[in-house]
Amino acid sequence: MADITLISPGFYTSIQDRGRRGTAKYGVPQAGAMDAFSAAKANLLLNNDPNAALLEITFSGPKIRFNTAMSICISGAQFNVKCNDRQLKNDKAYIINAGDQVDFGTLLTGFRAYLAFSGGIESPVVLGSRSQYEGITTHFRLKKGENLNIMGSGKVLNESSARVQFSNSKILDNKIEVFAGAEYHLLNTVQKQQLLKTEYTLLASSNRMAIQFKEKIENKLYGITTAATLPGTVQLTPQGELIVLMRDGQVTGGYPRILQLSEMGINAIAQQVPGKSIIFEMLIK
Amino acid sequence: MPKKPAISHFGECGILLQWDFDFSPENLKVLLSAKAKIERLLENRDVEVLNTYTALLLIYPIAATTRFSDYKQLQEMDFSTFENIVIAQRLVEIPVCYDTCFGLDLEFLASEKKVSIEALVAMHTEPIYTVYFIGFLPGFPYLGGLDKRLAFPRKKTPRSRIEKGAVGIAENQTGIYPQASPAGWQIIGNCPLTLFNPVADKPCLLKAGDQIRFKSIGKQEHETIKKAVPSGDYKLQTSTENG
Repeated sequence: MADITLISPGFYTSIQDRGRRGTAKYGVPQAGAMDAFSAAKANLLLNNDPNAALLEITFSGPKIRFNTAMSICISGAQFNVKCNDRQLKNDKAYIINAGDQVDFGTLLTGFRAYLAFSGGIESPVVLGSRSQYEGITTHFRLKKGENLNIMGSGKVLNESSARVQFSNSKILDNKIEVFAGAEYHLLNTVQKQQLLKTEYTLLASSNRMAIQFKEKIENKLYGITTAATLPGTVQLTPQGELIVLMRDGQVTGGYPRILQLSEMGINAIAQQVPGKSIIFEMLIK
Repeated sequence: MPKKPAISHFGECGILLQWDFDFSPENLKVLLSAKAKIERLLENRDVEVLNTYTALLLIYPIAATTRFSDYKQLQEMDFSTFENIVIAQRLVEIPVCYDTCFGLDLEFLASEKKVSIEALVAMHTEPIYTVYFIGFLPGFPYLGGLDKRLAFPRKKTPRSRIEKGAVGIAENQTGIYPQASPAGWQIIGNCPLTLFNPVADKPCLLKAGDQIRFKSIGKQEHETIKKAVPSGDYKLQTSTENG
């Protein structure tokens, strides 16, 4: 078994895979990589199962010591990443040797990077997933000094394979694709216009559960009888605030569900830095 | 005769079926029967069917290929009869200690309602409650059936922490907190059972459609049950009836 040590964990680094299926009936959120597209890409470039557990690195990166050799791949947000003195690029598989140290430096673009390891991270599977979530897994983020086991030690890829050139424009775009939500029809014409014309600034309090914005819309709607929600459901509070439920979001909620993000919309909003703004783009009018 | 639900797409991963009726134990049976019928129709599909008060949500993985053909089948489905579908209902006894050491708001609530604590506890233990669904927090049951006389607003300032098993009232709802949590509910007692255990075969003690009745127990019994639960030595009191 291969293993790594987190010399420092960074701002918020957690183990994620594709998340949990079939657990909404227990009130358990799906969890899983916030930007599932980039996470799957990092895994596939290593010839891993796209569902393999990897690290989700948010805003500021960790320092990692590799205790054994393995291959890795980084996708999603772009950091200034170095392995010893060598610069590492996104979307390319690298062989890392025993004793090497990988440092995530300054964040350049996006907000969440995915670091995949050959074979994936070996950690306890709870309710069908390794994704860390408070109250389900023993920890919900990684701590300094933590050791992680990696499943594929022997099989390292040939590094000379070409780097895949991906267009990340869709993921880094601030236009967020949406559909009308279950209660969209309750909005009046002015509200509908406001909803699709306003540039919404992400608040710093945004996290894996929900993304919130500085801007509000005029609202006289009150709550609804508690109803089902999914990642990407946009709720409207009586105060006119929008709440975009994300991968760790509650499975039910009592606010009108006015929009539903497309899957790429969820991935894209997960890459937006708090303080920056987004605009909703209705896919079907 | 049960009505036909309105069917709509819910983003890329969901199909929503909404019934135009008020929630009630009878209508919950309609939902659960429709759920069973859909699960039979869509057998072998990678789909989770979830019920809330008056709706079903079908949750698909993003890679699902059958969502549009399933949608068409649902539109053609007969929701007027549920022949050969039997929803088994359990009545589960939930022990609760209504001692003031647990019931932090008991005295306040009794004085606001101008009744004795004993009378208040009697009002809470008398009804049979229906579990509509689990949501909000892992293992948290949404219960219907609270005596209207017990309805009371949430606390103006939520507590930063209440204990696992806390039993509370908020508006016309009553509920049990599966784990320690911040809470704005009026807390009247504590249940020594484990409502949610992510590593157990059946993670949730309760499920949609269950009926429950609270049984008042003393501090001593609360402690005994609490000790017996983790080792599996406490036997849940249930009775089953079909209907």
